[in-house]
Amino acid sequence: MSALSNSNWSRRSLFRAAAGMAAAGSLAACGGNNGRSGGAGSGVDLTQYFHAYGEPGTEQAIKKYAKAYDKANVTTQWITSADFESKLFATLLTKNAPDLFEFHPQIQMIKSGQVADLTDIIDPVKSDFNPADIKSHTVDGKIYGVRMIDDPQFFFYRKSMLEKAKVQVPTTLDELMEAAAKLTTGKVKGLYMGDDLHSVINPMIWSAGADTLNEKNEIAYHTPGVIEGIKKMRKLFTSGHLLLGAPTASWDPSSLNQGLCAIQFCGMWAMPGIQKALGDDWGVFPFPKTVDSGKQSVYNGGWSMFVNAKGKNVDAAKEYVKWLWIDQKQYQEDWATSYGFHIPPRTSIAQSATKLKSGNAAEGVRLFNEFGHFDNIGWTQAMITSLEDVFANSVRKDMDPEAALDKADAAVNRELKKLFG
Amino acid sequence: MSTTTTRDLAHPAPAKASPAKPRRGLRGSPTFNFWLFTGPFLIGLAIFVYAPILWSIWLSFFEARFTVTPDKFIGFENYTYMLTNDDFVGSLVTFTVFAAFIVPTTWALSLSLALLVNRLRFMRAFFRSVFFLPTACSYVAAALIWKMSIFSGVRFGLMNTVLAWFGIDNIAWLVDPNPPWYWLVIVTARLWLQSGFYMILFLAALQNIPGELYEAAAIDGAKPGWQTFRHITLPQLRATSTAVILLLLIAAYQAFDEFFNLLSKTTWGRPPLVELYYKALGESQDYGAGSAGAVILTVLICAVTLLQGKFMGFGRGDESK
Repeated sequence: MSALSNSNWSRRSLFRAAAGMAAAGSLAACGGNNGRSGGAGSGVDLTQYFHAYGEPGTEQAIKKYAKAYDKANVTTQWITSADFESKLFATLLTKNAPDLFEFHPQIQMIKSGQVADLTDIIDPVKSDFNPADIKSHTVDGKIYGVRMIDDPQFFFYRKSMLEKAKVQVPTTLDELMEAAAKLTTGKVKGLYMGDDLHSVINPMIWSAGADTLNEKNEIAYHTPGVIEGIKKMRKLFTSGHLLLGAPTASWDPSSLNQGLCAIQFCGMWAMPGIQKALGDDWGVFPFPKTVDSGKQSVYNGGWSMFVNAKGKNVDAAKEYVKWLWIDQKQYQEDWATSYGFHIPPRTSIAQSATKLKSGNAAEGVRLFNEFGHFDNIGWTQAMITSLEDVFANSVRKDMDPEAALDKADAAVNRELKKLFG
Repeated sequence: MSTTTTRDLAHPAPAKASPAKPRRGLRGSPTFNFWLFTGPFLIGLAIFVYAPILWSIWLSFFEARFTVTPDKFIGFENYTYMLTNDDFVGSLVTFTVFAAFIVPTTWALSLSLALLVNRLRFMRAFFRSVFFLPTACSYVAAALIWKMSIFSGVRFGLMNTVLAWFGIDNIAWLVDPNPPWYWLVIVTARLWLQSGFYMILFLAALQNIPGELYEAAAIDGAKPGWQTFRHITLPQLRATSTAVILLLLIAAYQAFDEFFNLLSKTTWGRPPLVELYYKALGESQDYGAGSAGAVILTVLICAVTLLQGKFMGFGRGDESK
């Protein structure tokens, strides 16, 4: 007779125990933070996705806002940045898709019916929003997302290092390359733009006097200026003056703060962290002119809140978006200026945000207004990837820029044809 | 003669012939028991393996962008797109280079480790565990350790620290593809992760080789060492070697985690699965093209596996005896 038979566990009791555990598991799942549990207020449950912001306190802030809302139980999923896009896109195809999520305006999401029309909640306050933000979220007269923050991106530099090396703030790409060479010493590299250089692709194109797409949604990046710019970037990449293989990505200011480089491309969100680490020993400047005919540029990135059009509670989700990102101005200012620095897309809030009125923050706002380029809703993820491949192939791998751009043209045109016919 | 003995003689198999307690319903049926125990797994297999495969094949014939329930049939367009796509074809070349590196090196290293551990008289279990432990580590964790600590491109990376002792400048191991140092990082990470597992397979096979063979060889004058290894050990390990090479090749085809984490967003060093993820699934959400690529890859893996099995005589050993 087996040991099992000798024990008090009969087959029947084993089955009973297994069934009990399964039931207990189901009940336990109900109590988890899965966004589907019994909610407060009206009993409506909403789930929202956020990518993991690097600044301390941001996750708690988002949860605090959600908790303050009494018409639905809003839960938050805070997703590691690198996984955010893939997780969001994959989940949007399932029944577990979030009711709300932050992302950038992209037309394919509208064409495929993934995001809801928010015109009715934005229209009454439309005039208080940055017009460029409204434009970048509008398709056929309908507005598909509420901008939460604007994030200008530029170069941050160590004033003392530039003074010591007798380097002026660069205004052209050639000057930037010369500065990087002079600022490179034994332990410090002159410049850091991220290992993949993705953050500077659009700024380089704009600084060459070109654009991603033109008004007719045709390719506008394939110009002699951009080709010249790519060749210069290749020269910079192989110069030995670029910080490569840094422990953190370019969106994190640690490389500049820790003295690994003298100049770093980053976003305005990093300002409080840099101020804390370096005091006043830093400044900002826009992406320099790529070619003589170009103009300095700043990428005005940012994040917007979208409502999942295929969600179970579209109206409740829209109501929450209206409450938080349109009505609650104190939360919007808190979100934009209490953690990292961002520019509030609402003109009234931007004008009253005292933290953005002085020092480098004010300079960041000036660069945003003077040199800024906003998201183009027609420039989709597949097109973004195509130009990332151009940089990978030509700047990092030495492929002929013309050939790399031709290859990108084929991919972008395929995408444009599918989107616009 | 006792009653018991008489009954035994009359009924040689009493337990089977006289059911003192008749079994109830289906519980005694072997068929019922078979389905009871295999049913849940078969259902799981059908739902989580076969249904997605069939769905993927179905999707590959549709324009399936941003949806997995498409309605626009486009025939073989996705297949044409993937087969004429330089990057997808290039990923097969990457795989070939990777397999050419990783299959023989892992085979040789795991066999060497097995031979070493097998010879140990003391602490064999300890060393067996030490070499096997990396198998328990996830590929993602190992990739991050390799990337952040050992092969970090800055001065405090372990390898760059060692190079600095010899006056050599920092190397951006994973950023600059010229020269392609990234292969060193990828191959060493995978060697560390999987050699221990295959060592265990070889160890088991080594312990199954009859000692009499070595004794007979010694009587016939065979010298221990290379000669014995070449003419006895290696041929006796043929079946295991074939299985190991087959598993290594399939694992190489399925490589994703360390490539994805070590070489994020490059256009080089992309094995087929990473290429499919970037180009067709992932952020681009072209599930039709992605599925077509997956089907092509599956057919390719099946073909290579069958050819390899045929070439190396996998499973033919017993029949030929």
